[in-house]
Amino acid sequence: MQILIILIEILVLFAIVMLHVAYATYFERKIIGHMQVRMGPMRVGWHGLLQPIADGIKSFFKEDIIPEQADRVTFLGAPIICLVAMMTSLAVLPFARGWVIADINIGLLLVFAMSSLASYGVVLAGWASNSKFTFLGGLRSMAQVISYEIAMGMSLVGVMMLSGTLNLSKIVEAQGDSFWGMYLFPQIIGFFVFFIAMLAETNRVPFDLPEAETELVSGYCTEYSGMRYAMFFMAEYIGMMVMASIGTICFLGGWNGPFTVSIFPPFWFVAKVYIFMFLFIWIRATMPRYRYDQLMELGWKVLIPLALANIVLTGIVKAFTG
Amino acid sequence: MEIPVADGESERYTVRMGPQHPATHGVLRVDLELDGETIMKCTPHVGYLHRGFDKLAEHRTYAQALILTDRLDYIAAMANNVGYCVAVEQLLDIPVPLRAKYIRTMVCEMSRICSHLLWLATHALDIGAMTVFLWCFREREILLELFEELCGARLTFSYPRLGGVRQDVTPHFMEKLQRFVNEFPGRIEEYETLIDKNRIWLKRTVGVGVVSGEKALELGLTGASLRGSGIDYDIRKHRPYDAYDLVEFEVPLGTDGDIYARYRCRMEEMRQSNRILQQCLDQLVPGPIVSEEAPDLVMPLQGHRKQEAGATRFGTGLVRLLDEYDQFPVGDLYVSTEVPKGELGFYFISDGSGRPYRMHIRSPSFIHVGALPTITEGGLIADLIANIGTLDVVLGECDR
Repeated sequence: MQILIILIEILVLFAIVMLHVAYATYFERKIIGHMQVRMGPMRVGWHGLLQPIADGIKSFFKEDIIPEQADRVTFLGAPIICLVAMMTSLAVLPFARGWVIADINIGLLLVFAMSSLASYGVVLAGWASNSKFTFLGGLRSMAQVISYEIAMGMSLVGVMMLSGTLNLSKIVEAQGDSFWGMYLFPQIIGFFVFFIAMLAETNRVPFDLPEAETELVSGYCTEYSGMRYAMFFMAEYIGMMVMASIGTICFLGGWNGPFTVSIFPPFWFVAKVYIFMFLFIWIRATMPRYRYDQLMELGWKVLIPLALANIVLTGIVKAFTG
Repeated sequence: MEIPVADGESERYTVRMGPQHPATHGVLRVDLELDGETIMKCTPHVGYLHRGFDKLAEHRTYAQALILTDRLDYIAAMANNVGYCVAVEQLLDIPVPLRAKYIRTMVCEMSRICSHLLWLATHALDIGAMTVFLWCFREREILLELFEELCGARLTFSYPRLGGVRQDVTPHFMEKLQRFVNEFPGRIEEYETLIDKNRIWLKRTVGVGVVSGEKALELGLTGASLRGSGIDYDIRKHRPYDAYDLVEFEVPLGTDGDIYARYRCRMEEMRQSNRILQQCLDQLVPGPIVSEEAPDLVMPLQGHRKQEAGATRFGTGLVRLLDEYDQFPVGDLYVSTEVPKGELGFYFISDGSGRPYRMHIRSPSFIHVGALPTITEGGLIADLIANIGTLDVVLGECDR
């Protein structure tokens, strides 16, 4: 019986997340559209509201092209790896008190593990396509994810030290007692590092080097078409949501807010996630792209030392304040 | 299959970028030999768009060849038209009325702004800044609409004529242009707020793709690509044609010769173009727009010409073709003008007939593509993209 309940919960979560993914693309197009003095989608539905659904149907019926020289199995499997890895992280996210599928003690670690696993999909896609541009994209992605995963992991060590746990629900609850009800202010350096690493982890501008369309055509997904191509982007958007959720949980106090919304407990959580999503989109509309070596420089020479300093600082403060 | 041995030597990896690559601004193909992402060797290949303009011109009268110049740098077709007209007018010794001179200067500068806007848009897009792209197109659209109002075309204008221009400007056109001129400096500032002080933009451009002044001269660079390296060479200033000696403007110069310097130069040039436009609007004098001696293919505005036109087989108002003249000078001549991308030169050999015996076009983009290996070798792939953008090449002009 419990398995059945969990299965239903998973299905509901999956449906809701996919709907959000679809509409995240819509928000992105609308927000960027307005920033760029244009309308964004307007044709399908009122103000283009049905556009994501139309896009979904379109990409579903598009021809699925597999290059002749590609490694078929890997080529077909790569987008699935990306998508599954990203969706697995959803299981441990607490949307409100008790609103979590798997309330496990290594929640944060699982999210890291899964976001690293997703980069396998990207690398394999780059390799299996048997094209030089995709290969370069895949390699870039690997190096980028490795570098920024370290910075990101270390940026959250401060949070772990303050809350004393890796369980995401407990991290949120621990913040309830702290000043302002969130770790944003005591962990401002950590948050800074996390925020930049988050952009890099999700391959968003200004770190969208693996798919840099002007340099590498489309990077790792050049050879993909139709639904397989869409799967990469679903994974990217889920990745954005997962990262935004981690940011919300670890720095912004999760589902806690100035007042409780009893009819919809995850209200504050969703609102905070969407603030992050807006930031993602805003940055995309504003920033040029980093060069590859500059990206590495930023990761290794700025973010990692900063994150280390943050750990030391947090340790000292904690030692004195108990 | 041969498996490469890891013997400590770096393996080179070849990538063929283009001709259908989104960042090669047309059909440029660049063969790259890479070590990791570092460019060890860069070989640009041109000719995917070859259309034989130089040769085609020899089978047309001087006036007919004008339409070919539209297709050269299709981003700034008007400037090419004017360049060609200036060259033929010098060759055949055709005077141009003052009003036509001002109008031509005006359309030249409009087309300079058009071209620089497209350059900024695509260059920023190459470096990843997407919003600038669409903002630039917003202003470019206004100019294209103005061109459309002026001559009915948005891309291939063929508006200037040997000895003048085809049609007069309307008061409505003047009014709209004035509005544009008033607004445009603010818009340039808008673009600059997005990128000029952006750390990532600076990182991608400052100190990248450096060309020293001597090197730039050696490579034959012209236009803003040369002026970014600090060489003061602008044909509008040094060998003025049309109304350029009647207006005041400065030639912006860079010092560092890097991508950022070239970017700054072009941004300043847009401001100067705006200044020239304002002066042309203020100084525009009434008068004829086509000279009496203009040989052919002009709308017959003058009474006797209209009669004459009606009387010939050329029917609907076009004056007779240049072919019927035979008093042309014999000899050769090279005339160059400043187009947005650099120096556009026309070399004619005239045998006294109505057609050029030989015409050769010196197009800036072709020379700039040739400079690509020197500038990019040793850099990264991302720098190649930024360099293609900063040299402002258009392949229509390169692959004549």
